[in-house]
Amino acid sequence: MQEKVKDAPASPFQWVGSRPERPDGVDKVTGRARFGADMAMAGQLVGRVLRSPHAHARIRSIDTRAALKLPGVKAVVTRDDFKDQPSEFIPAGEMMINYRDVVRNVMAREKVLFEGHAVAAVAATSAAIAKQALKLIKVDYEVLPHVIDVVEAMQPGAPLLDEGLITAGVEPAPNKPSNVAKRVEFALGDIEAGFKQAAVVIERSFTTKPVHQGYIEPHACVASVSEDGQAELWVTTQGHWIVRAHCARLLGWDVSQIRVTASEIGGGFGGKTVVYLEPVALALAKKSGRPVKMVMTREEVFRASGPTSGAHLRVKIGARKDGRIVAADAELKYQAGAFPGSPVQPGAMCAFAPYDLENVKVVGYDVVSNRPKVAAYRAPGGPIAEFAVEQVMDDIAKAIGMDPVDLRLKNAAKQGTKAAYGPKFGPVGLIETLEAAKAHAHWRTPLAKNQGRGIASGFWFNIGGETAVSMSLNEDGTLSLTAGTPDIGGLRASLCMMAAEELGIDIGKIRVQIGDTGQLGYNFLTGGSRATFSSGMATVEAAREVIKEACKRAAKLWELPEDAVEYVGGAVRPAGPNAGKHTPMSLKDIAGIAGKTGGPIAGYARINAHGAAPSFATHIADVEVDPDTGRVWVVRYTAIQDAGRAIHPSYVEGQYQGGVAQGIGWALNEEYIYGADGKLQNPGFLDYRVPVASDLPMIDTVIVEVPNPRHPYGVRGVGETPICPPMAAIANAVCNATGVRFTDLPMSPPKVLAALDEARAKGAAKI
Amino acid sequence: MAKHHVAATVNGDGVEFLCETDETLLDVLRNQLGLTGTKEGCSTGDCGACSVTVDDRLVCSCLMLGVEAGGKSITTIEGMADGEALHPLQKKFIEHAALQCGICTPGFLVAAKSLLERTPDPTETEVRYWLAGNLCRCTGYDKIVRAVLDAAAEMRGA
Repeated sequence: MQEKVKDAPASPFQWVGSRPERPDGVDKVTGRARFGADMAMAGQLVGRVLRSPHAHARIRSIDTRAALKLPGVKAVVTRDDFKDQPSEFIPAGEMMINYRDVVRNVMAREKVLFEGHAVAAVAATSAAIAKQALKLIKVDYEVLPHVIDVVEAMQPGAPLLDEGLITAGVEPAPNKPSNVAKRVEFALGDIEAGFKQAAVVIERSFTTKPVHQGYIEPHACVASVSEDGQAELWVTTQGHWIVRAHCARLLGWDVSQIRVTASEIGGGFGGKTVVYLEPVALALAKKSGRPVKMVMTREEVFRASGPTSGAHLRVKIGARKDGRIVAADAELKYQAGAFPGSPVQPGAMCAFAPYDLENVKVVGYDVVSNRPKVAAYRAPGGPIAEFAVEQVMDDIAKAIGMDPVDLRLKNAAKQGTKAAYGPKFGPVGLIETLEAAKAHAHWRTPLAKNQGRGIASGFWFNIGGETAVSMSLNEDGTLSLTAGTPDIGGLRASLCMMAAEELGIDIGKIRVQIGDTGQLGYNFLTGGSRATFSSGMATVEAAREVIKEACKRAAKLWELPEDAVEYVGGAVRPAGPNAGKHTPMSLKDIAGIAGKTGGPIAGYARINAHGAAPSFATHIADVEVDPDTGRVWVVRYTAIQDAGRAIHPSYVEGQYQGGVAQGIGWALNEEYIYGADGKLQNPGFLDYRVPVASDLPMIDTVIVEVPNPRHPYGVRGVGETPICPPMAAIANAVCNATGVRFTDLPMSPPKVLAALDEARAKGAAKI
Repeated sequence: MAKHHVAATVNGDGVEFLCETDETLLDVLRNQLGLTGTKEGCSTGDCGACSVTVDDRLVCSCLMLGVEAGGKSITTIEGMADGEALHPLQKKFIEHAALQCGICTPGFLVAAKSLLERTPDPTETEVRYWLAGNLCRCTGYDKIVRAVLDAAAEMRGA
């Protein structure tokens, strides 16, 4: 089932590419692993948040006096406890952040902008008292008209969320405020000239719904602030240095005052890259003089965190009869939620990235509306744009009578292709994934009644960034490795494997931990599929430093110049016959002489990891559509993706399978449903239905390996690309099964049935 | 109102605790007995992260009150391994990489053990439907289902 192509028959590696047990495995199967809500500090209080019942309202006043008088209430915070921040956009990995908006999202100031927006918070001696205290806080609201839909929010006269918001990226700048925060454009060549050469032009419009990351662990933290202002924060997060930076900024504290420890993290998918509870818990802890624990309910997670954008999309592609695409044009309108900052820019950059095109234009709009502010979600922006583009590609293939894999092969991006968003690609593996799809038994297996097969490709950039890793040689020759990117799905295993490979020792000799913010230099977060790439690169560098120092110590003992010794197979030995006869020294031997040859031996890598390389995928989906109910079942699925090199293939496969499962949910079930009152109607796992085990088939994977030349082991990020192709692959499969093109997500049973009935009435349905 | 005094058996040991009327069994396990291996993902019985067995019946501990545990025998993830020896399901989950973040893992293991006690030789479909009450957002369930089937085979052979 799990094939591996391009794998050298005899691997040059001892550990890389093998499947050892993960170092945190036992803790996670026994309940020992401590997640965000599993920490308790002595004397801790319970923190709870009061949230807006309105989608849009001006806050006239907040009266907390009655709540403060309730016995057991130790502190209350509101907007007055957080200093306002200037408006400036700061790069934060794949997204930009503006502290003016962050402070308002953490605690509403002038207005509440969505149902669930935090308005105040209390810390009390019990959950029951905290709950009672929230009821005693009097907020005087002036309810305002709201707008939920992105197209309505763009209309003149729509209720304005921010009366000072002037669209950026438009020349000349508009003289009136609107809900359109930004316009972006990426272009190559001349699309008008391109479309004139086309034998076939297809243009369609699409919509997608906001979907939540759906991590099973709600946001949680415990904060403690001592009388001298030193703070400790225990939190479930994708990046504890980021949390430290945001909290210090919002509270006006020195960065060094706050030590943040990342708990084990119960899923993030981008949603745990921002702060919600953390600055509030610190403010409550400071005010009360007691540790404060805060945990969101699932309902709060849905109403006030995440999701990713819903969108309206238009895509137009023109091709010659031979399948060569001559022009590609797209317009993307993404919901940002209550504050600017949807992932429309990366979406626009991804839209046509799999293809080598001369004439491309993509325009995107970032639009605010009365919804929770979107957060990154696995390849933020990419899956939305690629859902639309990959369906129009399918239509082009049908229109010219070409196999959809061949159409993609004809236009595939390769080494040297200039992407519309700027760079030229190095070695990339899209063609290899397409060829693997064609060669896969899945592609040739006959389909049964009411079934259809679809294919789609996908792309994600991947990033590097600031990373620090330390490695200590212990006195018995074992090693302690400390990394700073939280491990969400097997990172620690991969880091140990790369370290063991470098050091030529058994993996069991290396123990790895995720360090707190006091233990290492700044680490950017686990996101952008960077953790194995960047922390892996830093681990290799730290290991090489340990090796260099080990050689130096042996040379000193043997009274040789440093270049007269070498490190081979886990031991230092004289290099060549001229260096004299000395018994090789293992790391254990070196550790034994560390004290008298200069003290402790350690490596400390501090890098800004460059050379991240994109990962391309091609997915094949088979669906069966129930003609009576409209229910779509995914009956077979194969995910093929370039990993560069898979350090631990099981966890690479796991990323592919997990991305596919989320994509299937996005395609078929998941959506935010709002009432006319602007309130979310399905804030729970019963009505926001993520795929369960009985919804899914086994998910086949093929790991293609086109090594990234800029990583010591050839690693590419793999975590995000897998969620890009599924929605289009499934929509293409449904189209092939039914004869009906589905352009609106999710393809839920009532929508599918209605579309089938309509097509049947016209004689246009296959089933 | 006075708290309730409750006596129960947890992972084979007798325990006593005091709880409020509205405290769930999940709250009691996590906050009073310190058994944080049982997780809270939703508190509405939709995600299965809080799965435990009560007198050998699989339940979501967020849907049961602490006072209802009186006289009952409760088993949590902390009671699954036998001393230093992991349960075959625990071993197979590690071996098959059937977990990524691990937050849903205790619930899956408790639920899967309950399945294999009733159905030692389940089909893939039986595994998928039995585990349909446990949400995993990371794995796509593929490796979880394989781990359970493999553990079942090993346990039948043992």
